[in-house]
Amino acid sequence: MSAKQLTSEILRMDNLVITASSYGARQTIPIVKGISLSLKRGEVVGLIGESGAGKSTIGLAALGYTRPGSTIAGGEILFDGVDIRRLSAAERRKLRGHRVAYIAQSAAASFNPAMRLDKQVCEAPVRHGLCGFEEAKTQAVQLYRELDLPMPETFGSRYPHQASGGQLQRAMAAMAMSCRPDILVLDEPTTALDVTTQIEVLASIRKLIREHQTAGLYITHDLAVVAQIADRIIVLRNGSVVEEGDTEQILNRPRAEYTQALVSTHSKGVKASGAADTREVPVLELSKVSARYAKAVRVVENVDLSVRKGETVAIVGESGSGKSTLARVITGLLPREAGQILYNGVQLPPTLTARSTDLLRRIQLIYQMPDVALNPRQRVSEIIGRPLQFYLGLTGAALRERIAELLNDINLSPDYAERFPGQLSGGQKQRICIARALAAEPDLIICDEVTSALDPLVAEGILDLLASLQQTRGYAYMFITHDLGVVRRIADRVAVMLKGNIVAQGSLAEVFSQPCHPYTERLLASVPEMDTHWLDRLLANRGRSHLESA
Amino acid sequence: MLRRHISIAPIIGISLIIINVSAAVLAPFIAPHGEADMLGTMWASPTAEHWLGLDNLGRDILSRLLFGARTTISLALSITVLAFGIGVSAGFAAALKGGWVDTVLSRLVDVIMAIPGLIFSLVILSVFGSSVPVLTVTIAVLSSTGIFRLSRAVALDLAVMDYVEVARLRGERLGWIMRREVLPNALPPLLAEFGLRFCFAFLFIAALSFLGLGIQPPYADWGGMVRENAQAINFGSLAPLIPALAIAQLTIGVNLLVDWFLPNHSQTQGEGAS
Repeated sequence: MSAKQLTSEILRMDNLVITASSYGARQTIPIVKGISLSLKRGEVVGLIGESGAGKSTIGLAALGYTRPGSTIAGGEILFDGVDIRRLSAAERRKLRGHRVAYIAQSAAASFNPAMRLDKQVCEAPVRHGLCGFEEAKTQAVQLYRELDLPMPETFGSRYPHQASGGQLQRAMAAMAMSCRPDILVLDEPTTALDVTTQIEVLASIRKLIREHQTAGLYITHDLAVVAQIADRIIVLRNGSVVEEGDTEQILNRPRAEYTQALVSTHSKGVKASGAADTREVPVLELSKVSARYAKAVRVVENVDLSVRKGETVAIVGESGSGKSTLARVITGLLPREAGQILYNGVQLPPTLTARSTDLLRRIQLIYQMPDVALNPRQRVSEIIGRPLQFYLGLTGAALRERIAELLNDINLSPDYAERFPGQLSGGQKQRICIARALAAEPDLIICDEVTSALDPLVAEGILDLLASLQQTRGYAYMFITHDLGVVRRIADRVAVMLKGNIVAQGSLAEVFSQPCHPYTERLLASVPEMDTHWLDRLLANRGRSHLESA
Repeated sequence: MLRRHISIAPIIGISLIIINVSAAVLAPFIAPHGEADMLGTMWASPTAEHWLGLDNLGRDILSRLLFGARTTISLALSITVLAFGIGVSAGFAAALKGGWVDTVLSRLVDVIMAIPGLIFSLVILSVFGSSVPVLTVTIAVLSSTGIFRLSRAVALDLAVMDYVEVARLRGERLGWIMRREVLPNALPPLLAEFGLRFCFAFLFIAALSFLGLGIQPPYADWGGMVRENAQAINFGSLAPLIPALAIAQLTIGVNLLVDWFLPNHSQTQGEGAS
């Protein structure tokens, strides 16, 4: 390393150890175990890893901050040559927001809903005494313009609820940049956004960072996203560094086994086309189904769809496209307004209460967030056992035996029956949710974003499990997702939803190879690829058509 | 899972409750005198014979305190249990059912709350006469309104949880959802409320006794004892302060235990193993 490079180093962490103590417990556990990293001016380093890897903790440590309950137990954090740990609270406060700024994952939750955006964006430069409010406002307008926000002059006078998720995330970037910081810590800034929105936000943030020569710590679990913006990538697992290297090298020649697994999740093959028998009566058939929430606009409109035995139909769409509502209509939680739903050729009553117990048993739903889909005060044995008791009348030894079998089906050992959901990991919880659905011995399982709350490798396991269960038992799956990678892996047929309508439907090849609807095309193009130049190519391609559509 | 370190506060709480309950149970055996025996002059000072002195009718205060524990604790407990039975089931039903069930129950509760509690019970008690069952039901219904509001609010948050939806989709009955899905998760705030309501119950009995409509003489209850001896304070006697202290110590004991129980109980939610 040359002398010049050394002097331009803006942040350096040496052997950083951060420990946390959980409530009620007296001993502490290390969550970051001796990490060293260095960040030069104008450089973007990607921190990547699954939840619990310690990446957010490291990002916050760059601001000299730790979450309540955790402390920096050892090591140095040198910011521009000064150890942050030795600074007083007041000095640290001067640093934060001014020279090191933070962009959080959920902008919607980070803005004060009762204050106009301007007031929040301009707060930092005013509080740090850099300039007056009027000047800060002029600068903010400039930042809005750089971030491609609509109507930059008046954008700041909006309240947070008047801006979309992607706009809020960009407003947050403007807030972070308002003091022209040396370092920007970006904590999953695009994770909560739809793929199509993610592109725009990612491109805007990247442009901004490059123009201002800001150094960045980009924290994410998505390797393809970080590849578009980072110069170097550090792969973390359980609080330690697994691998560190240039973006190019990590993507194309990953050395560590864990990194190789991460890279390969993106390039997993397409599912062999399903052998669903088209002559058979479909398990589920929807024709011209419409539904709305009380007095609101229609969220599902004229939907035609069929699902056959042993087949996986994926419903793809952005948030707000009505795909989850469709699931609620099928299960009867939201009575349909018009149209017909046939179940094995028989009319399905619109409301839940009008359906027989046997019908209820046959359609099972698996949810996105296993944390709230499992009652935290019931043991696994009760969670899985209840449908067995309720539908099949199993008791005593037969019940216990069946629970053990089901746990075996989802690759968990029988002693998990005595655990509470709080004692399980995210992936294990989702497995329990699957077991609960299996317990009812259904024909049709509706999976509502079952993998989107999970880490990529864990999600991988869940998808494999669902696929092998389908092969052996012939379940029909209706798979609701926004993740096209998931669709490619498991779906036989795809339906693309936009604003309550199905805009494209057909076999995986038909819909994805020759997208005939412009929305499908845009959706497909928006999926990040494991290629450092993907975003550049996309933006170049899009340039003309984007201007036209805007 | 680590065993939680038990601090001094809950130990004090438990000890106080044990002392009170055993006093209530053992009153007929350990009380030196009868509940209604008149043994000397009014408000006589404590002696070796009468440790806490005599009351307004010359009865032994210690004995009455022990018998009073019996009446007060059992009555307050049955009132609170009944109030929770009514309030929690109505509150959960309102939250889970929604629609007209919620509207009817909530407005009914508003109506009851709009009438001052004391006046309401005075009317009821003067119409039906003051007996233990009437007293229990009246106070229970009155205090169930607050419990209704609390449990409805707690259950509203839980009703939107996916696991409640799962139970609905399974076709479970309302009672099962209330008992198995909602109640276990609503327990912490409800238990805190239980401790508070328990104390309110015997303060309310005391208020009614003060007006002569509570526990009827010669039976002792702590609130009534404060009232009977209230004037003694003018003569420098401690007689009214002793039952007041008894009320205070039981209130504190119950609350100390509840405070400890809350964070301890919510631990089953624990952190995930990763």
